[in-house]
Amino acid sequence: MGWFTKKEAAPQEPLADIWHVCPKCQAHVFKDEWISNQMVCPKCGHHDRLTCRQRVEMLIDPDTFREFGTEIVPSDPLKFSDAKGPYAPKAAATVKKLGQSESVIIGSGNIEGTRVVLAVMDFRFLGGSLSTGAGEKITKAIEHAISFNRAFIMVSASGGARMHEGILSLMQMAKTCAALSKLERAGLPYISILTDPTTGGVSASYALLGDVNIAEPGTLIGFAGRRVIETTIKQKLPDDFQTAEYLRDHGFVDAIVQRKDLKKFLATLLSYRMK
Amino acid sequence: MDFEFEKPLQPLRDQIAALQSKHAKGDAAADAELTELQRRLEAETAKLYANLTAWDIVQIARHPGRPTCRQYAEKMCDEFIELHGDRVFGDDPAILGGLARIGNTRFMLIGHQKGATTEERMACRFGMANPEGYRKAIRLMHVAEKWGIPVVTLVDTAGAYPGLDAEARGQAEAIGRNLLEMAGLRTPILAIVTGEGGSGGAIGIAVGDRVLMLEFATYSVISPEGCASILWRDGAKAPDAAKALHITSHDLARLKVIDGIIPEPTGGAHTDAEKTIANVRSAILENLKKLSAVTNGDRLVENRYRKFAAMGHFDKRHAVPID
Repeated sequence: MGWFTKKEAAPQEPLADIWHVCPKCQAHVFKDEWISNQMVCPKCGHHDRLTCRQRVEMLIDPDTFREFGTEIVPSDPLKFSDAKGPYAPKAAATVKKLGQSESVIIGSGNIEGTRVVLAVMDFRFLGGSLSTGAGEKITKAIEHAISFNRAFIMVSASGGARMHEGILSLMQMAKTCAALSKLERAGLPYISILTDPTTGGVSASYALLGDVNIAEPGTLIGFAGRRVIETTIKQKLPDDFQTAEYLRDHGFVDAIVQRKDLKKFLATLLSYRMK
Repeated sequence: MDFEFEKPLQPLRDQIAALQSKHAKGDAAADAELTELQRRLEAETAKLYANLTAWDIVQIARHPGRPTCRQYAEKMCDEFIELHGDRVFGDDPAILGGLARIGNTRFMLIGHQKGATTEERMACRFGMANPEGYRKAIRLMHVAEKWGIPVVTLVDTAGAYPGLDAEARGQAEAIGRNLLEMAGLRTPILAIVTGEGGSGGAIGIAVGDRVLMLEFATYSVISPEGCASILWRDGAKAPDAAKALHITSHDLARLKVIDGIIPEPTGGAHTDAEKTIANVRSAILENLKKLSAVTNGDRLVENRYRKFAAMGHFDKRHAVPID
């Protein structure tokens, strides 16, 4: 049974587990109802963050997803250590806890029968940070799309580059964009889906370069952090600053699509590919 | 004294200054002592500069007296024709660009301009470019591609400008677009980090076939202060972050992120701008000559792709152990 359709009967659960409180409108809704609504608040329409597996289940036809690149796990080329200790065990623990090898999973799958290559980021994995492993996986996915003559679909959710891998994580911005440049020369469609949040080095590399850029409502999208900007310009920023709607109005996002309509929307876009 | 870390040299410097001010001309004994003191100062300085910490180097890289892009354009080149504007919104003074010639070598020179005077620094936001700066840069690179001349970029920025207007006009998209377009540019690109290589704002003009750094330049995914305030929750731990991030030219050469180091005078580029500019000039001529060996555009682009694809290429030796 699919993840969104799963109904858990749990009569002994404490109250806190039955209710979901919307972080935006504070409405109390039944957790089951909220989950079957794809984690979108039925009252105010707030789109909560999904895990990468939930996203795949939502977008890809059942039993057609074939994941690859799982051998690529985090690297620690700098032997990095900060106030909270070394990076390597923290990264390893995250891999184990989330059951995914990096902050992105990649694979092939069908969207209403059309086979595509998909890369999906997961914000729970060290803030969805772009690391050497993530950069390698995304590059591998794009190369796979080129080899098999398929459209490439990227779902971003990231706070930016992973500091623990230093300059090598910055280089992943160039590496992934170089792969996109190849995809472009191959004449293959690139659809970028921006989900909450898409900021920093990910926004400043592949996330805004789609032939079509799609965002979910209310998604935070931006290069610099709000506080940094407020400190720099010494003025208050508009409320809708760096939202998906702001980006659309300024010409950087093509369409804002509700989660429930996203798969259909992708299938329709893909139907326009004539070569 | 330019830097706190030069403090150990101060007693020697004071001694030399005192001797110079009081000794009469022709005093052979004093002359001999002075020569000896100066020799010692030179030796001590060389020793100090051979053992700098990453944080010391950050201070040198940020010194306001380092040669700016405009100084390179005017003093290093035999000719420089400045070209303005992104053809869409405006002209960003934080990115300088134009046609440049050294001897018979012609190229497109593009770089961050930090400014030499306070007024100029304000005007170009201390070298922090807006989207129109990045769009001017890529426009000029396409001109270079069309005309068949190579591109040389000089990188010196704390980062792309974090402003409301910059976001509204697509700072992120502008940098990302440059990364994609530079990857496919069918003319050689030589990138040189001359001062601060600050994150996305730096790499936005640094996707080079060869990437060089001045000896005391830095290149980093985030400023040491920014990293310290996030990962150490204390901005004062910036020296620790600077070390952990591996941001010096020697670190980056070891990581194979850069292809060469251009030497600086002991004491840093600002102590002898002329010598620094001469060193950069020879490095440009030498590297453009190497790059001219590949004349086929497809091969050039493929080589560049392989170069960047190899960065952080998954290597089991660095993989974190997962049990």
